[in-house]
Amino acid sequence: MEEMRYEAPDSLDAAVAMLSDAGEAGRVLAGGTDLLVQLRAGMVHPGLVVDIKNIPEVRAISEEGGGFRVGAAVTGAELGEHAGMCKAWPGVVEATELIGSTQIQGRATMGGNLCNGSPAADSVPALIAAGAVASVIGPSGQRDVPVEDIIIGPGKTSLEKGEFVVSFKFPDRPAHSGDAYLRFIPRTEMDIAVVGAGVNITLDDDGVCQAARVGLGAVAATPLLVADAADALIGSTLDDAALEKLAAAASAACKPIDDKRGTIEFRTKVAGVLARRAALIALDRAKEGR
Amino acid sequence: MSKYHVSTTINGDPVEYLCEPEQTLLDVLRDELYLTGSKEGCASGDCGACSVLVDDRLVCACLALGAEMGGKKIETIEGMADGDELHPLQQKFLEHAALQCGICTPGFLVAAKSLLDRNPDPTEEETRYWLAGNLCRCTGYDKIIRAVLDTAAEMRSGK
Repeated sequence: MEEMRYEAPDSLDAAVAMLSDAGEAGRVLAGGTDLLVQLRAGMVHPGLVVDIKNIPEVRAISEEGGGFRVGAAVTGAELGEHAGMCKAWPGVVEATELIGSTQIQGRATMGGNLCNGSPAADSVPALIAAGAVASVIGPSGQRDVPVEDIIIGPGKTSLEKGEFVVSFKFPDRPAHSGDAYLRFIPRTEMDIAVVGAGVNITLDDDGVCQAARVGLGAVAATPLLVADAADALIGSTLDDAALEKLAAAASAACKPIDDKRGTIEFRTKVAGVLARRAALIALDRAKEGR
Repeated sequence: MSKYHVSTTINGDPVEYLCEPEQTLLDVLRDELYLTGSKEGCASGDCGACSVLVDDRLVCACLALGAEMGGKKIETIEGMADGDELHPLQQKFLEHAALQCGICTPGFLVAAKSLLDRNPDPTEEETRYWLAGNLCRCTGYDKIIRAVLDTAAEMRSGK
């Protein structure tokens, strides 16, 4: 078997060059909470592991154009300590903080959670609902990719050879905006989502929903952006009728599997329930004038 | 096979070591440096028996590579007592009989110290959530939680 090498470049250009040279044999290391488990289990045999954490751009949180840019290798613990992100995007922060234990939070990153490609990744429905855009760099340069276009199947991403996610851009936050993420697990902590739902809304001054995005996790081969569910909210005050339509649209979008964590019927039903509950939390946050 | 030369700080002392690229921080601590207080339970980040601090952040040593640790500050269970004087958490774990086989204990102690360093007055719920990544298969969790809360109360009172 090929011997594994470890590199920790301190610039994006150097990382891109190493990953391009390595081709299929290269793997990106961010927090390592998935990669090291896969290495240990013999699921992956990379010839080169490129640790991106010494690259300033992937470790920074900065304000940009009225919104925030969050490095792909910022840890969950660091995100949760960032007052600006907690205020602007509490749903994204709460989703990311649901990933694993305190120990996992000390290492796990949104970039890794996304690029691991799990349909049940907790941060991803919230990132999709937020309208976050991934800045991807690779041999052909930099490109912006909406988060919902990154995962294309379980464990599979649309990233080309040598490409990796540098950061996430969160859009400007208008007044009266709120987001929320809820997941169902049979325990209270330390589990994989059976269903996850992220909702992001913006109200006008009269409390009418002007914009909405809904993301669902663990109910299909990839996390989903559900336009019909968002459309059910837009133009409403999130009254019961709108919430019923939201729940129906969320359930209708599900194409889940049966497994030990939940049946198709259960996941389909719960997706609607969680979307509705998350929408009500997002509504409260929007009314608080965030 | 080429080894990686790493300069780091462990429990306040400068330490240099050589490691293979696939060795975890836990492998390095236990097999290269003979700091065997950090235990290997699951080797997949689920049990917390290998909990250590890296740059003041609680992590599982089984989920970090030894090669990543250049310039980092690492703290392990071996640095917790002050010579022969136990840390208050260690003393309270004894008083409350908060251990049985002891495999999980170093991880619980390191994780609990990291909680009290950040929050000297945690609620029971905060303590249980903070320690949710540390598994114990013997005594259950009540005595451990009580020992941590009792330590916090005693340290706040300055005794």
